Amino acid sequence: MKEQSLISSFNPANNPDTLASHERAEIDASTRFPVLLFFGSAIFWLLVGSLLGLISAWKMTHPALFDQMAWLTFGRLRPAHLNSVIYGWASAAGIGVGIWLMARLCRVPLLHSKLLISAAIFWNLGVLVGVLGILAGDSRSIEWLEFPGYATPILFVAYAFIGIWTIIMFRFRKPGHVYVSQWYLFAAFLWFPWLYATANILLIWQPIQGSAQGAVNWWFAHNVLGLWFTPIGLASAYYMIPKVIGRPIHSYYLSILGFWSLALFYSWNGMHHLIGGPFPAWMVSASVVASIMMFIPVVTVAINHHMTMRGHFGALKWSPTLRFTVFGAMTYTLVSLQGSSMAIPSLNTLTHFTDYTIGHAHLGLYGFFTMMLFGAMYYIVPRLTGWEWPSAQAIRWHFWLVATGIILMVGSLSIGGVLQGLALYDTQVAFRSSLEYATPFRWVRGISGFLLLGGHLVFAGLFTAMLLKVGQRKEGPAYFATPANVEGAPL
Amino acid sequence: MNKLPLIFLGVFLTFASSWLGLVAYPYLTLGRMQPLPDEDTGGYFPPSESGLAIAGQRAYATNGCVYCHSQQVRLAPLSTDIAKGLGPRQTVARDYLRAQPAFLGTMRTGPDLSNIGVRQPDANWHHKHLYEPQTVTEWSIMPSFRYLYKMQKIEGQPSAVALKGLSGPHAPAPGYEVVPSDEAKALVAYLLSLKRNYPLPESPEPPVN
Repeated sequence: MKEQSLISSFNPANNPDTLASHERAEIDASTRFPVLLFFGSAIFWLLVGSLLGLISAWKMTHPALFDQMAWLTFGRLRPAHLNSVIYGWASAAGIGVGIWLMARLCRVPLLHSKLLISAAIFWNLGVLVGVLGILAGDSRSIEWLEFPGYATPILFVAYAFIGIWTIIMFRFRKPGHVYVSQWYLFAAFLWFPWLYATANILLIWQPIQGSAQGAVNWWFAHNVLGLWFTPIGLASAYYMIPKVIGRPIHSYYLSILGFWSLALFYSWNGMHHLIGGPFPAWMVSASVVASIMMFIPVVTVAINHHMTMRGHFGALKWSPTLRFTVFGAMTYTLVSLQGSSMAIPSLNTLTHFTDYTIGHAHLGLYGFFTMMLFGAMYYIVPRLTGWEWPSAQAIRWHFWLVATGIILMVGSLSIGGVLQGLALYDTQVAFRSSLEYATPFRWVRGISGFLLLGGHLVFAGLFTAMLLKVGQRKEGPAYFATPANVEGAPL
Repeated sequence: MNKLPLIFLGVFLTFASSWLGLVAYPYLTLGRMQPLPDEDTGGYFPPSESGLAIAGQRAYATNGCVYCHSQQVRLAPLSTDIAKGLGPRQTVARDYLRAQPAFLGTMRTGPDLSNIGVRQPDANWHHKHLYEPQTVTEWSIMPSFRYLYKMQKIEGQPSAVALKGLSGPHAPAPGYEVVPSDEAKALVAYLLSLKRNYPLPESPEPPVN
């Protein structure tokens, strides 16, 4: 081993334990059924969730839309939208990506796939029962936990299977280094059941009293984003970026700093949703401080990814995986810094209770996490089906529809939200104005929903074509352009 | 970092710290708070609620009112809530003792409802508003909750609970009346019970200027 061995040992593409291609193919094949099951069901829920979101968005400008139907009232559609995208889409697709990464990085063929297949079935059953329960009028109205008490145990059973499987995989992994993506996955798969069990016991099964519920609610909801979705998204970025461009992660030490500072600070963020609320001041202050400290993990990861990509940005021209992943990684930096700023009380005064927060949530869950999932799926699915994506043009449509859609949505909600916040704060302005200021921007948001739904339909079509192996067998992967040899090319 | 037990320990401890601070601590303190006795009347602050109002909390939850209406009055300068008449004082932990769940809310697409029972004590107003919001507030974007009401033919005497003064496209034709379902009655009883204006020593009313 020469001088470079320390760094190169952390690059999955490049390390001495790198698998021979037939071993890799064997591992990929072992993950095929469970991962495709999670992906396929996730895409189904993505479509359902987008449609529910689209109708809720248009209800904000057209309150009479479907208003004779109880199950389509805004107060049920909105939680149905949120829960189908959180649990049905983002969690399930994230679990799929996590399973595949875990098998690859543990360097063993997937063990006990029946556990995962049962998990996928239970998970989807839980989401289905939960979403129908909300629409039927059993919502708990606890944000991110609206599923009725008869749905959450099903999800929990599903998760237990996944948790057990994770432990088995780590136990039987091939000896050698543990890659940074594995730290994040290991942590996420440990944090989630703890979060979900705590919140379910204290809010749904044996509800605690009074405003303590608010604290537990936002500790849970913010950590689902920060300690479940975020680590899975970062695990994917840490794997995909070096893989596609074929060079190791810039700095091992930045990876360590980014990981531990995320673990320490993110878990304390939740109370910034309740600034000024009925809680002891120290609880809110602790969350405000932790939110601002998030600057450290975010900037650390941003530098690490940027330095890895440096000189290779040309690859964004041809690689669909990289284009989606880098969009997600950049949005992660943006949305996290935005989140830190929103926790500063003087700015929070303006954005609290407004559409600005809705924009921020979509920038995180969509601009960052969903784009990261798309990127990972473009990489993984061909390796599972043994078939290449049938049309680079369709992937291009997918990218531009959703990228434009999310920028339009977040942009309009942010501007509308600030105007709404100014009106809500100003004692000389009547409440009515806060509505009127926000209305034109809510129209734009409604339009952005069509772009997103359109992009999702394209993606669902592509995925179906992959499962059915539509068209002719292709020689190479579907790239946007012929990959140039970008080694050492200037920025 | 190749040692999994070490990673496990770190991951466990960092997370446990927030669990202790943001879950266990409020559970042990806020979660065990008691109402204050009111020495003048022998009652309590916050006052106990009627069974109908408690049932109304469930209607509030299942129809998702919380997605547009908060129930928090915050102090200046963080907010202008009190100056804007949302309530006479800040709402504090004790105000939510009987709330199940506590509808603190994160959005003000519609107005805050901490004290809606004080601002609008008229049950018929609430029923009219839920049935056809735009006839009460012309520019409102609140959806109609007509599905909580029943239109029926007047048989003999009009029903005592029938909505009075309805106009607009969904007003009953002559000879018909609109009556609230049990769920609508409970919801309105709950809304009328939202009065966070009783005195609490930990939340003095700020001087009006």
